[in-house]
Amino acid sequence: MSQSAEKVLDHFKLFREPEYKEMFAKKKAEFEYPVPNEALQHTIEWTKSTEYRDKNFAREALTVNPAKACQPLGAVFAANGFEGTLPFVHGSQGCVAYYRSHFSRHFKEPTSCVSSSMTEDAAVFGGLNNMIDGLANSYSLYKPKMIAVSTTCMAEVIGDDLNAFIKTSKEKGSVPEAFDVPFAHTPAFVGSHITGYDNALHGVLKHFWDGKAGTTEPLKRVENESVNFIGGFDGYVVGNNREIKRIFNEFGIKHTMLCDPSDAWDTPTDGEFRMYDGGTSLEDAANALHAKATITMQTISTEKTAKFIEEHGQEVVKLHHPVGVGGTDKFIMELSRITGVAIPDSITKERGRLVDAIADSSAHIHGKKFALYGDPDLMLGLTGFLLELGAEPVTVLSTNGDKDWAAKVQALFDASPFGANCKVYPKRDLWHLRSLLFTDPVDFLIGNTYGKYLDRDTKTPLIRIGFPIFDRHHKHRYPVWGYQGAMNVLVTILDKIFDVMDADTDGIGTTDYSFDIIR
Amino acid sequence: MAALRQIAFYGKGGIGKSTTSQNTLAALAEMGQKILIVGCDPKADSTRLILHAKAQDTVLSLAAEAGSVEDLELEDVMKVGYRDIRCVESGGPEPGVGCAGRGVITSINFLEENGAYDGADYVSYDVLGDVVCGGFAMPIRENKAQEIYIVMSGEMMAMYAANNISKGVLKYANSGGVRLGGLVCNERQTDKELELAEALAGMLGTKLIHFVPRDNIVQHAELRRMTVLEYAPESKQAEEYRQLAQKIHANAGNGTIPTPITMDQLEDLLMDFGIMKKEDETVIGKAAAVA
Repeated sequence: MSQSAEKVLDHFKLFREPEYKEMFAKKKAEFEYPVPNEALQHTIEWTKSTEYRDKNFAREALTVNPAKACQPLGAVFAANGFEGTLPFVHGSQGCVAYYRSHFSRHFKEPTSCVSSSMTEDAAVFGGLNNMIDGLANSYSLYKPKMIAVSTTCMAEVIGDDLNAFIKTSKEKGSVPEAFDVPFAHTPAFVGSHITGYDNALHGVLKHFWDGKAGTTEPLKRVENESVNFIGGFDGYVVGNNREIKRIFNEFGIKHTMLCDPSDAWDTPTDGEFRMYDGGTSLEDAANALHAKATITMQTISTEKTAKFIEEHGQEVVKLHHPVGVGGTDKFIMELSRITGVAIPDSITKERGRLVDAIADSSAHIHGKKFALYGDPDLMLGLTGFLLELGAEPVTVLSTNGDKDWAAKVQALFDASPFGANCKVYPKRDLWHLRSLLFTDPVDFLIGNTYGKYLDRDTKTPLIRIGFPIFDRHHKHRYPVWGYQGAMNVLVTILDKIFDVMDADTDGIGTTDYSFDIIR
Repeated sequence: MAALRQIAFYGKGGIGKSTTSQNTLAALAEMGQKILIVGCDPKADSTRLILHAKAQDTVLSLAAEAGSVEDLELEDVMKVGYRDIRCVESGGPEPGVGCAGRGVITSINFLEENGAYDGADYVSYDVLGDVVCGGFAMPIRENKAQEIYIVMSGEMMAMYAANNISKGVLKYANSGGVRLGGLVCNERQTDKELELAEALAGMLGTKLIHFVPRDNIVQHAELRRMTVLEYAPESKQAEEYRQLAQKIHANAGNGTIPTPITMDQLEDLLMDFGIMKKEDETVIGKAAAVA
């Protein structure tokens, strides 16, 4: 045996030992019914062809590796952004285990979230008792300031009515009458995580602004000078929200971050466990009604919420995940316009530094071809930035982006000379993208961790931008918004470009005439 | 514009729910009300008399074709019929598969999100036989139908169903605003039908809002896929539906929280009217020939 207590081999090394190699070979030959290697290679080659791509795009009833998650994941994200709030998912336990592990793998932090543990009997008789017991347990065990309820597929299919259930639970004494329990129906089989984020945030605002499900008078708006900021479902929320707060403070603008999980997903290790940390205070969530205006950074991730806020008399500035000079300009100028505060010199200077950095590195990015996939707002922001850099975003794909989104991406292509050969693919998955990477090859791929399989199969180097990122650490700490955030994106892209350049020129005595110290 | 009035018709399958509701709504349209009908029955036959069509393309069948409900536009699913009554059928799966209840939820969410209710005075939900699961209770959730009208007759099973529906309404009445608007008795010419219906209404804490007499003209109109209001506007039966419509129109805010009864109480009621013999245990389980 290669494994011993004195010298423990990890999985990288252990399975390369002869006995394991032999075992794998035996397993393959005897149990995996392998096709001859030649046939396998033939099929692999065929999947790279145009013929296969056309068949792949004619696919109707199958999705392979969708680049999206489900509604309740977004609802848990939104709930986690409020002070002392426990996300409560009405449904079965396994779903909640998924949301918790998904976030923990990305943020490397625990995510508090409970389930009403629906089982077979709840599916038959309805989940009312689970709601009654669940709310009571959550309230007494975890001492939250608010419990934000969302639903899974199971509760939605049997038609559980959250409004009625929560009222009944309060009557039965699960939580005090005045305790805040906002809710949102978030069927996992409709939309994606960004829909769930939208529904849950809408649910919280509706709760506070419209009279707490009929238990109090709706609030009356009295406009003040404050500005609300909504980030949308954002994997960089820790870095981004801190950067945005800094920008607001540079301006000296009174603001409310509506949904701010930046502290909940970045608790310090100092000996104290924080079940809840930071977040938008419940008072601020209510008072957000009186703000002068709201800025949403991801309009497609906040459609319902934005409409709701507009209906309450506020202007909503709708952006699409602005990244880069042009995108950030728009954000900063809108901020200045709605508040009437002049843009501070410090911010103008940051802009100049970004332009300077782009100019320094332009030669290496200009003309490079990119394929990118992810959430629709992020795609709009990144496409804008790449075009600004003189790069070609040849393939832009989104699973949860629809034809309206595609039209917006196309408008960006049309407005730039670098967009002429670029194409947008709404409602497509990563198996579609795999075909495109073979038939319409690009220099670099931009996407989340799941893109590493595409990187491996198609040898297109992956630049990790998006959500989730499981296999690189701490990316969520670095903002991608603001001029400084754009700088981080620029550096992330450049690092990969230079790594690839080095790897491509390190042949001793063959290609190393270009293995340069200075790039 | 007055506030949107939302009502729903429930009742045992085959009781004449769709016929009664369409005729009544046609009469309401005659009174100048702008109406939207939302059919919540997988059979999708809640709007045929208004549209003169066999069956309307349903929200769910079109969604299945298009890939998902998000791919649909309101115009695809909404048809306009007699007196500009707007009609939508939620549709649903074939018998024996899938989940029709979820279909109702999906359809109603779609309609609300796409502004189908804008400009309407009345939204009427026509719901299948019984409140069998949470999905079929969708029309009585908070901010949906304010009043429920139960179509029934003097037959025992129709009364049984009416009582069950009342139980469903009661579940939502305490936490939400839904109320029982009343019973509509669709005459089957059973013994003491009017009296029975009134007695049941009393026990359920509601009222018999109208007794619709049986008239073959309804059948004649149905064969032509028309409401009586359109087929024979001068007929006596059309007048009955007009009365029903006026009563419903005047009934806003008068709904009650129902007081459902037990099966024993229901049987006692039938005994009181002499339809079932008191303590006559000997007839139970006996075939006609034996008895």
